[in-house]
Amino acid sequence: MLPGLDHLVAALTPLNLAFALFGVVAGTVIGSLPGLTATMAIAVLVPLTFTMVPTSALILMGAIYTGAIYGGAYSAILLNTPGTPSAIGTTFDGFPMAKRGDGDLAITLACLASVTGGLVGAAALLVIAPPLAKVALAFGPVEYFWLAIFGLSLISALSSGNLLKSLIGACLGLLISTIGVATVSADVRFTFGSPILLGGVEKISALIGLYAVPVLIDLVATPARHLEVAAEPRGFRLLEALRISWAGKFNLLRSSLIGTFVGILPGAGGSIAALVSYSEARRASKTPERFGKGEPQGIQATESANNATVGGGFIPTLVLGIPGTPPDAVILGALLVQGVRTGPELFTDKGSIVYTFVYGLFLGTVLMLPVGLVIGRYAYKFIIHVPKALLVPSVAFMTVIGSYAIRNDISDVVIMTVLGVFGWVLDRFGFSPSPIVLGLILGNIAEQGFVQAWTIGSATDNLGGMFFGRPISLAIIAFTLLSLFYPLIARLILKRGDVWPKKARGGSS
Amino acid sequence: MFSHFRFKPFLTAWALSAGAFSALAFVGSPMGGVASAQAGEYPDKPIHYIIPFGPGGESDITARLQQAYFTKDFGQDLVIEYKPGGGGAVAWSQLNGYKGDGYTWMGVNLPHIIIKPRQKNVGFKTDDLTTVYMFQYTPDAIVVPKDSPFKTLQDFIDYAKANPGKLTMSGSGKGTANHLANVRFDKMAGIKTTYVAFKGTAAAVAAVLGHQVRAEWGYTSVAATHEGKFRLLAVAMNKRHPKFPDVPTFKELGFDMVSGTYRGVAVPKSTPESLRIKISDMLGKVNANPEYRKRMRDDGMALLDVGYKDIPAFMAKKTVEEVAAAKSAGILK
Repeated sequence: MLPGLDHLVAALTPLNLAFALFGVVAGTVIGSLPGLTATMAIAVLVPLTFTMVPTSALILMGAIYTGAIYGGAYSAILLNTPGTPSAIGTTFDGFPMAKRGDGDLAITLACLASVTGGLVGAAALLVIAPPLAKVALAFGPVEYFWLAIFGLSLISALSSGNLLKSLIGACLGLLISTIGVATVSADVRFTFGSPILLGGVEKISALIGLYAVPVLIDLVATPARHLEVAAEPRGFRLLEALRISWAGKFNLLRSSLIGTFVGILPGAGGSIAALVSYSEARRASKTPERFGKGEPQGIQATESANNATVGGGFIPTLVLGIPGTPPDAVILGALLVQGVRTGPELFTDKGSIVYTFVYGLFLGTVLMLPVGLVIGRYAYKFIIHVPKALLVPSVAFMTVIGSYAIRNDISDVVIMTVLGVFGWVLDRFGFSPSPIVLGLILGNIAEQGFVQAWTIGSATDNLGGMFFGRPISLAIIAFTLLSLFYPLIARLILKRGDVWPKKARGGSS
Repeated sequence: MFSHFRFKPFLTAWALSAGAFSALAFVGSPMGGVASAQAGEYPDKPIHYIIPFGPGGESDITARLQQAYFTKDFGQDLVIEYKPGGGGAVAWSQLNGYKGDGYTWMGVNLPHIIIKPRQKNVGFKTDDLTTVYMFQYTPDAIVVPKDSPFKTLQDFIDYAKANPGKLTMSGSGKGTANHLANVRFDKMAGIKTTYVAFKGTAAAVAAVLGHQVRAEWGYTSVAATHEGKFRLLAVAMNKRHPKFPDVPTFKELGFDMVSGTYRGVAVPKSTPESLRIKISDMLGKVNANPEYRKRMRDDGMALLDVGYKDIPAFMAKKTVEEVAAAKSAGILK
């Protein structure tokens, strides 16, 4: 039934198990610290692949990657600061849950969702990778442009606060994304003659600044506890989480499939996948007004989607030799140095190390359940019990280290701090950080796609057909319009009454 | 200076524990006899090797190949770090801020370090970079998908002549080797094609594979790493590439093009002469390893052996060539 089951046995050696376990633990910790990324961790480990059996090294890398994507949820839930860009959507409901004292439940839910998403993504990689890789090639510059626009429309409709302010925030993010050397035209823009800004604003330093600094300032400015705490200690709340997960099984499955699909698109990444599934989860929900106020379904959607992108991202990496995400790029490099040639034949060649790697990914994902629950428990306990006088400096220290580590560059720390103060001021006026950061991430994708499509369209005298004549683009445009006008359409056609949820302001006030 | 202070205690801590794990794997691996350096003799600690681009690109992969053989020869690790941004400019503008003690190296790429500072102020000048060794180059090539109607370079030229501007070609970035090659070849062949810049070689390759564009100005290595998916129409080398004996050079076909991306290693300006020579000799030793040479070739690359004392002449010659090309391309005034 499943291909290469003998490779499953090969993946299950005690040594590989130890590697997978270690990788998940290391990855989870790295992912939970904003600024330390899976890419960095894997890059540090590449030399190991020269000295040990390649499959073991690959299993270690896959496990780190999987763990890191899950780990990003901890700080998203407990500190309202996504540990990785993939966890941006997790702050929407994760932090409100933690605020009201359900942080432990939120972390357990995130763990269950991540495992589910990870397994779905890995299964797709195992069983149907070669045909799915064609999806990656069907997406050209125009499709990426429209996908980014779609993402921007979602963020405007989703984030807490009002629609106009979200749109303004997204535009601000777009503006910040134009700083530095343009990818496509190589023009130098908005650097004001400073070499620091040549490289542009790193999305990680923006992420840390805009989310973490306002949280820090609020921690210092308010005498209240950081998070509500239940009177008597509770365990993992695993049974409760399992019940909620079972009730939301369709949401989990849908989000995992969306995550796998978006993961296949090189460069799209976990942040878009999480956004799309979050919006779908809200649309399908009977109580959409609860989203953004601590709705478990929201965490399930984002966390299952972003872990599904791990398996999804390996599909173009292994089948086409085109990395889906930055960590994939490092792993691909390690494979090339090993002399492994990517291609669909990897999945037909029974002796390939790829199957061992894919089963290793399964292994890592399954191990994430116990590891994630235990580490999450400690993270939660630490955050609720540590006195503010200690919490603030340690989080502040983490933000500095995290932004410095991106490029070993002090200027990223400066950018992070400036954006942080700026973000805090904006937060006072009701602008939440998510639209700004997503504008920054999506801005580059949109701009490149637009310029490339325009160039190709002009060259072939087919501008209209380029932008509005390709089936996938048209579908994305339709989705965009739907997401923008859905409430209106629903009211007119479905007579569902008041579906504009009266959103309370979330965030860190 | 804070900028040489690499504070990653956390990464180090678990890199060490990873080391403990790898020790498990190490037992019985065929790398028993590693030469170990004498204490006090250079190098007696790991060397930081900064790549001015992100991970997974060709600069990364070639550095990784060096890394593997360097450790075998000298018993010390090359720790590869990435400092991407501004097409390499962010890292290059900071090179001379590092300590010149031989423990910081940085990759340099031609034509980038020649063209960029001449276009505008990018925080460094070509002469600020002290290159000690040029170790490889990846030749330019025109890449088309296997099922492309262009079977030969002549087919390609004929189509471009009949349909001016309609032939779209992807490539990595602007002001880069790919872009320069495109402009130069169009001039030589008297054709007009449309160059579409993508972010990195992987994205440019995906665009050809997905038939978003008709062809790519890429490298010989593209056809090597994506075996069986592409056809090379011609390669910009003096002689045919050993891996692709059937692919003609541009020279054979009457176009005087020998070009590509050249890679080397530079050190901070404050590095003493004796160390510069020593590092150059070390890189030469890595470059002489037959197994390493074979791997480079199998990946479709070409080797260079320009040591420290030959660098000035090499750079002078390349500068003249690249600047002339960029001027004729309208990239430089």
